[in-house]
Amino acid sequence: MSGSHVAAFAETRDGTLTGAAGEVASTAVRLAGELDREARASVLAPEGPGGLETLGEYGVAEVLHGSHDAFASYNPEQWTAGFVELLRLDEPSVVLLPATALGKDLAPRVAATLGVPLIGDVTRIEVRNGALIATRPVFAGKALAEVRIDARPAVITLRPNVFSAERTGAGPAKVIVVTPSLSQPRMRTIERRAGGGELDVTEASTVVSGGRGMKGPEHWHLLEALRDALGGAATLGASRAVVDAGWRPHTEQVGQTGKTVSPKLYIAVGISGAIQHLAGMRSASTIVAVNRDPDAPIFKVADYGIVGDAFEVLPALSRAIAELKAGD
Amino acid sequence: MSELDIAVCVKRVPATDTRIRIAGSGAGIETAGVKYILSPYDEFAIEGALRLRDAAGGGRVSLVSFGAAAAQEQLRTGLAMGADSATLLAGDSDVDALATARVLAGWFSSLEEQGGASGLILLGVKAADYDQQQVGPMLGVLLDRPCVTGVVEVELRDGAVRCERETETGVEVVEVELPAVLTVTKGEYEPRFVSLRGIMAARRKPLLTGEAESAPSGAVVERLIAPPARPPGRVVGTGSEAVPELVRLLREEAHAI
Repeated sequence: MSGSHVAAFAETRDGTLTGAAGEVASTAVRLAGELDREARASVLAPEGPGGLETLGEYGVAEVLHGSHDAFASYNPEQWTAGFVELLRLDEPSVVLLPATALGKDLAPRVAATLGVPLIGDVTRIEVRNGALIATRPVFAGKALAEVRIDARPAVITLRPNVFSAERTGAGPAKVIVVTPSLSQPRMRTIERRAGGGELDVTEASTVVSGGRGMKGPEHWHLLEALRDALGGAATLGASRAVVDAGWRPHTEQVGQTGKTVSPKLYIAVGISGAIQHLAGMRSASTIVAVNRDPDAPIFKVADYGIVGDAFEVLPALSRAIAELKAGD
Repeated sequence: MSELDIAVCVKRVPATDTRIRIAGSGAGIETAGVKYILSPYDEFAIEGALRLRDAAGGGRVSLVSFGAAAAQEQLRTGLAMGADSATLLAGDSDVDALATARVLAGWFSSLEEQGGASGLILLGVKAADYDQQQVGPMLGVLLDRPCVTGVVEVELRDGAVRCERETETGVEVVEVELPAVLTVTKGEYEPRFVSLRGIMAARRKPLLTGEAESAPSGAVVERLIAPPARPPGRVVGTGSEAVPELVRLLREEAHAI
């Protein structure tokens, strides 16, 4: 596969395009421009999800729709087979996927099937002296690795919220439907339990995180109130201490043995800021810290800090933000 | 093939509280003075494997690591936790994940040819150094075995594994036949404490070493760079009196709300 264009995997969840789809499509269009090529999108979804032509708003000319009932929910084996079939038809030189939970599961399977390396969780992608260079955080963000990708197709996953989705396209994209042939998966899903509908901390654009300073899980409603006041794609995070104490699920843990996040706004409340935690959130655009201890390491990376008691500051902050939003 | 022959792939990584300094060459980290540990997610995988073995009342847990010769130290830690044997495939593991997965797949295939394959291969969901989250699913593809990622709970029954795995929207219960590959995440697994008795016992357990060749599969780390420095932060004020000013700054200066 040494094809001529850049392919964007436009992720669907329950048959609908996710927010990350726009970021990936938009980045594919920009990269295709730098490489003097075209951008196309690949979608796996059941028949007739509608709205796929809207990918054209990001500048994608064509959408290859792998259509199958099996794509109503994620099954790694069937999605890998389906996507690889589209890629073999389409022969791109670069393949971009989102580094969402689904993308991180799917991309290595696709890369290994094609026999090419995967550069995952990339925060920057560029063409430098004719070479494709992807930059990705390593050691949970304590360093950045610049990786030159010589293999084709180059398979890359993009960290959510880092690449902007820009609607610079002319009009609707042309949708081409392909029906992949899938075999019976070896992995059977017995049960699915919803996790309370919380947005994943790696995908949220605002994260309100709590630490030991919150004194107990019964006080988390104060953080929830702030999250709700902020609205939009906001979710909760937690420090390792809080997760290890069993106050919060580890899916919310931010840091080196948790998740590395890059939200637009990160609010750390009652988190002193161990090196592992700071590594996991330091690439947030704006960091706010609330802590009683003026010497807490978190204040060294925070753009704005308030020295004070979380129980006093949080309600005031939630109220002030809610009032501001109400006036918008 | 014994169903209870479980292999766990582990990696030696810098301790998570290490301050990373970039080596003069620019392509790696300064290793002098760095303390190394067993990658924390691999500890969860070992713990999961030991619980499966113990629940079945028999079987074997073997460890395999591809990397520096010094990774023997981390393999001994895993043996002290309770694993039965360990193998070090010494080689340069500072390569892309596909190259690593190919080395491991080669190792497991050669075991299979000798009739000693592991029915179940566990790995940490990712290593705490390069955070790739790739080797497990790649190994599954290369060995043509189903791979379940992000497993937080696992149970063996009648030649099948039933796993709970985390997804972005909740928890999924999935079942696969053996042989299979699983990547394990934090979940409720609390890795067991290494006792002095365990350390003593580990000294007598077999630790085999061999060499492994790896070749980059088309991706090369050209250099490591320090993350951009954040501008020095400022304390807006003290207590709730500082809230109006903070909100003003977030709106007018940072454009964050």
